[in-house]
Amino acid sequence: MAIAIVDYAKGNLMSCCRGMQSVGYDAVITDDPKVIVMADGIILPGVGAFADASATMLATGQMQAIRTRVADDGVPFLGICLGMQLIMERGDEGMPAGQWAEGLGFMRGHCVRMADVRQDGTKVKVPHVGWNSVRFLPGDDNPLFAGVPQDTFFYFTHSYRSVCEDEADVSAVSEHAECFPSVVRKGNIFGTQFHPEKSSTWGLQVLKNFGSLVYGH
Amino acid sequence: MLTKRVIPCLDVKDGRVVKGVNFVNLRDAGDPVELANIYDREGADEVVFLDITATHEKRKTVIDMAARASEEVHIPYTVGGGFRTIADIREMIAAGADKVSINSAAVKDPNLITVAAQAFGSQAIICAIDAKHVEGAGDKWTVYIAGGREDTGIDVIDWARSAAQHGAGEILLTSMDRDGSKEGFDIPLTRAVARAVDIPVIASGGVGKIEHFAEGIIDGEADAVLAASVFHFGELSIREVKEYMRSQGIPVRL
Repeated sequence: MAIAIVDYAKGNLMSCCRGMQSVGYDAVITDDPKVIVMADGIILPGVGAFADASATMLATGQMQAIRTRVADDGVPFLGICLGMQLIMERGDEGMPAGQWAEGLGFMRGHCVRMADVRQDGTKVKVPHVGWNSVRFLPGDDNPLFAGVPQDTFFYFTHSYRSVCEDEADVSAVSEHAECFPSVVRKGNIFGTQFHPEKSSTWGLQVLKNFGSLVYGH
Repeated sequence: MLTKRVIPCLDVKDGRVVKGVNFVNLRDAGDPVELANIYDREGADEVVFLDITATHEKRKTVIDMAARASEEVHIPYTVGGGFRTIADIREMIAAGADKVSINSAAVKDPNLITVAAQAFGSQAIICAIDAKHVEGAGDKWTVYIAGGREDTGIDVIDWARSAAQHGAGEILLTSMDRDGSKEGFDIPLTRAVARAVDIPVIASGGVGKIEHFAEGIIDGEADAVLAASVFHFGELSIREVKEYMRSQGIPVRL
């Protein structure tokens, strides 16, 4: 098998696949739950809105396949951008006010729109687009970031953020109007709010580290 | 802290770079993907490929370019020029482009922005605006389409607001008065648009020297600065531009 890059009918998955291949690991783009449930590792890329992705993944059986393979079998999982947000229990992007769409539920928490006003009253732009620094919390030893320096810049493009109820799940944070989780980790489950496949040299290092978590080399 | 972006732009015709490029150690000075790869290694934050291919038949070469870029370029890249329908956009994104920039077609039918943003997310849809100052009218600019040949008479600020409301994720704002002049960005124009919308604005048109990059950010209040010839001819490197910007107190990724 290979690392499965889950296709939930949205946007650009090619760069994730090319990224994994360029650091020396086999990756396949698939929408088939039967393939997902056999994968050595799973990447859930991120484009589109939470509600759409959630509905597609539920309807196709991808949601259950990922849960089975990641939560039961324990294979490494990497959620990127929206894929990281989908790790949470629920999100409201694309839903009518007051309603929530279902996430994978690997971590306790939810996803909401980012704030666009800082504490001092100044405004920032949302979507948060561009290169921002990523600060690992004291004592964090996330193997996905082995060899990556503190405060390295990565490429972000998003309007929503995760809110983690268990602080231990937050590996690193970044700043916009407010501080938000930019890397999460719980056992074999990893999420990055930024796009490693679009973050040049250090982004490729993260993908390489994911490959070695999957294959042990 | 979110950094300000420096974006080199490559003009591409029939799959080849058209404006002169002056780098050492190039295998092929006309290959847009090889050039984008060099800009990636030099520290560019993104790359824009502006397709000026005239005929529809030759669009295939641009699709091929976007697909090759997805293998070799590991920073975000935008393809602009010639998109008329949602099918055109879909084809480019499927080939691997992170973003497309839409210009004339969006002016003719702003709903194209909405449909595209719903299909691919706002982050993938850039509204490109070619702006020209209205003579004798103070701070007033109108929107030009068809590669700058046709004045629509539409007010630039109104259109920028409308594009954002329709779901555009960013605005790529080019001053036609300054483009190619090397006199620097049109600061009043850039600032007026940056203040009018809540989405990022990329300033374009007029960069001739290193100070202009900082002016676009500090005085123009832009989120990103785009330039072509100063990079291609090797007059300035991405790295020295970013070091200069940092010396002026602008947050950049170095």
